[in-house]
Amino acid sequence: MNKTINQKAWFFVIPVFILVAFNAIIPLMTVVNYAFQETFGNNVFMWEGTRWFKQIMLSERFHASLGRQFLFTFIILFIQIPLGIAIALSMPKEGIGVPVCLVLMSMPLLIPWNVVGAMWNIFALPDIGFLGHSLNALGFDYNFTQQIGDAWFTTILMDVWHWTSLVVLLSYAGLQSIQPAYYQAAEIDGASRWAVFTKIELPKMKKVLTIAILLRFMDSFMIYTEPFVLTGGGPGNATAFLSIDLVKMALGQFDLGPAAAMSLIYFFIVLLVCWVFYTLMMRNEGNQ
Amino acid sequence: MSLELKNVEKKIGLDTHIYSTNLKLEKNTINILLGPTLSGKTTLMQIMAGLDKPTNGEIWFNDNNVTGMKVQKRNVSMVYQQFINYPNFTVYDNIASPLKITGVSSDGIKKRVGKVAELLKLSGMLNKKPNELSGGQQQRTALARALVKDSDLILLDEPLANLDFKLREELREELPKLFEDRDCIVVYATTEPSEALLLGGNTATLLDGKLIQYGKTLDVYNKPNSLVSAQVFSDPPMNITKIKKIGDSCSFLDNSLNWKSKINIKDGEYKVGIRPHNITTYKEGKNCLEIKAKVLISELSGSESLIHFTNGELSWVSLSNGVFQKNVGDEMNLYMNADEFIYFDKNERLVTSG
Repeated sequence: MNKTINQKAWFFVIPVFILVAFNAIIPLMTVVNYAFQETFGNNVFMWEGTRWFKQIMLSERFHASLGRQFLFTFIILFIQIPLGIAIALSMPKEGIGVPVCLVLMSMPLLIPWNVVGAMWNIFALPDIGFLGHSLNALGFDYNFTQQIGDAWFTTILMDVWHWTSLVVLLSYAGLQSIQPAYYQAAEIDGASRWAVFTKIELPKMKKVLTIAILLRFMDSFMIYTEPFVLTGGGPGNATAFLSIDLVKMALGQFDLGPAAAMSLIYFFIVLLVCWVFYTLMMRNEGNQ
Repeated sequence: MSLELKNVEKKIGLDTHIYSTNLKLEKNTINILLGPTLSGKTTLMQIMAGLDKPTNGEIWFNDNNVTGMKVQKRNVSMVYQQFINYPNFTVYDNIASPLKITGVSSDGIKKRVGKVAELLKLSGMLNKKPNELSGGQQQRTALARALVKDSDLILLDEPLANLDFKLREELREELPKLFEDRDCIVVYATTEPSEALLLGGNTATLLDGKLIQYGKTLDVYNKPNSLVSAQVFSDPPMNITKIKKIGDSCSFLDNSLNWKSKINIKDGEYKVGIRPHNITTYKEGKNCLEIKAKVLISELSGSESLIHFTNGELSWVSLSNGVFQKNVGDEMNLYMNADEFIYFDKNERLVTSG
């Protein structure tokens, strides 16, 4: 097919380009600017080359928060994806139960992130919170403000509560789009429930699950507000994930150069992981 | 071998999906369930397969009552309108899937899959995944899955509906050959009368959950037992009008058309059904009646011309061989072959069909 050349197309592209420039490229360039220079305010900059990048890459503090970040993301994906699929599978397929379940499932997604953090903070407080108090009454020595394990447990529980619904809704949509004929064909073949799940439902859900995993990876990898409100990164630095550490460095210590370098590295890690994951999942996918 | 439905009825809540139906299908036959959407074809097939239980009535297979028996134990296979294959399996594994569960040896599987694949022209693509195939090839794979296991009953639920015209024609021609020499009962659901005529065999006309007529396809077409059956088995739709007959003279009720007829039926009022291809732009047959027509729409379909026209109160369709382009509002004469009229009584039962 011959391509038509029409310069008027620029007319439609340029506004979008300007918009994206203002809300993404220019702020990003500011960060790039900081990442290669040292500043003491008053708009005085000194060229530092790749010094901040080297410093960050070699810093134990960065390694530690990156490690915590990957651990956290891995754990919540490991819980939320199977749990989300399981809930979606057990949801009703028709009748009044459908809207009821969908609305219930959407509720956590509608709550602002800082409210979620605050809710869970109060909910989990060991002396007055329902969860904290009950656990202690049951004989568990639970205190998320003091004990590292408890802090992790609470943060993960909060994230699972907040975000599993997203996986459920996406999986449910994927399941609903499978034509009944597939189940009948499997029934005629005498396939087991497990075979139906692995041979029909999972492959048919592959695309929405890829999206679900990507979204949950990106969101959890950039998580900030909820743990900030819940634990403030503590106890110590136990729940200081990448973004919390980054904000501490940029706004707490005002180390703008290293913080800018760190945010660029952070950005590239997210980009790289998403790209690798997506490419792996989508290879061998035809044009169906 | 035979499949028999005895007073089978299906209700869901207060809705009756299938009214009490009796039907006996013999072995080595193709049986077409012909009816418009929602006429109950799919429900009836699912009951035959054992995927769905009838509310009342029984299903007998080879003199065994199989009502309520699970589909896995019934040795049936089914092909759907959508192309249903296991998305993760290659074409080979897809075709082999019904055999693997029944425990055929791997050599046996290889042989049988190879044979069926050749029959359906899939030999070159056994290692591909379904989503790398065209729609026609995907449906061929689904057909191969149905044919590979020597089922007693093969059900095809509008298998060609989602294919484009060319592929549909191609596969439709191959289908009867696929079922030849097979010890099984084939049931084929379709909305298209032309498909029923092409496939031959037996046809059951269905409407609104009721079985209207069952018999040899050509018999059902030529001698519809009722006006409804004739309408279901007519595309474009059948033209209908009321006439009266006194002695050897017949006329439309409004006297707009009179003709002499030697037809041997009692005097009185009748409903007459005229298939569109019996109203043409040219004279056909000895008993030709002229009718004035005002063109509503004229359309071409291949080398045939469809002319929708009005005559007084009547709004009819004619189908002629050849290309006739008419403009909206044109006045013209069309010719009806009176020997092909189908006469129904007041209760719309067949009186005679020419």
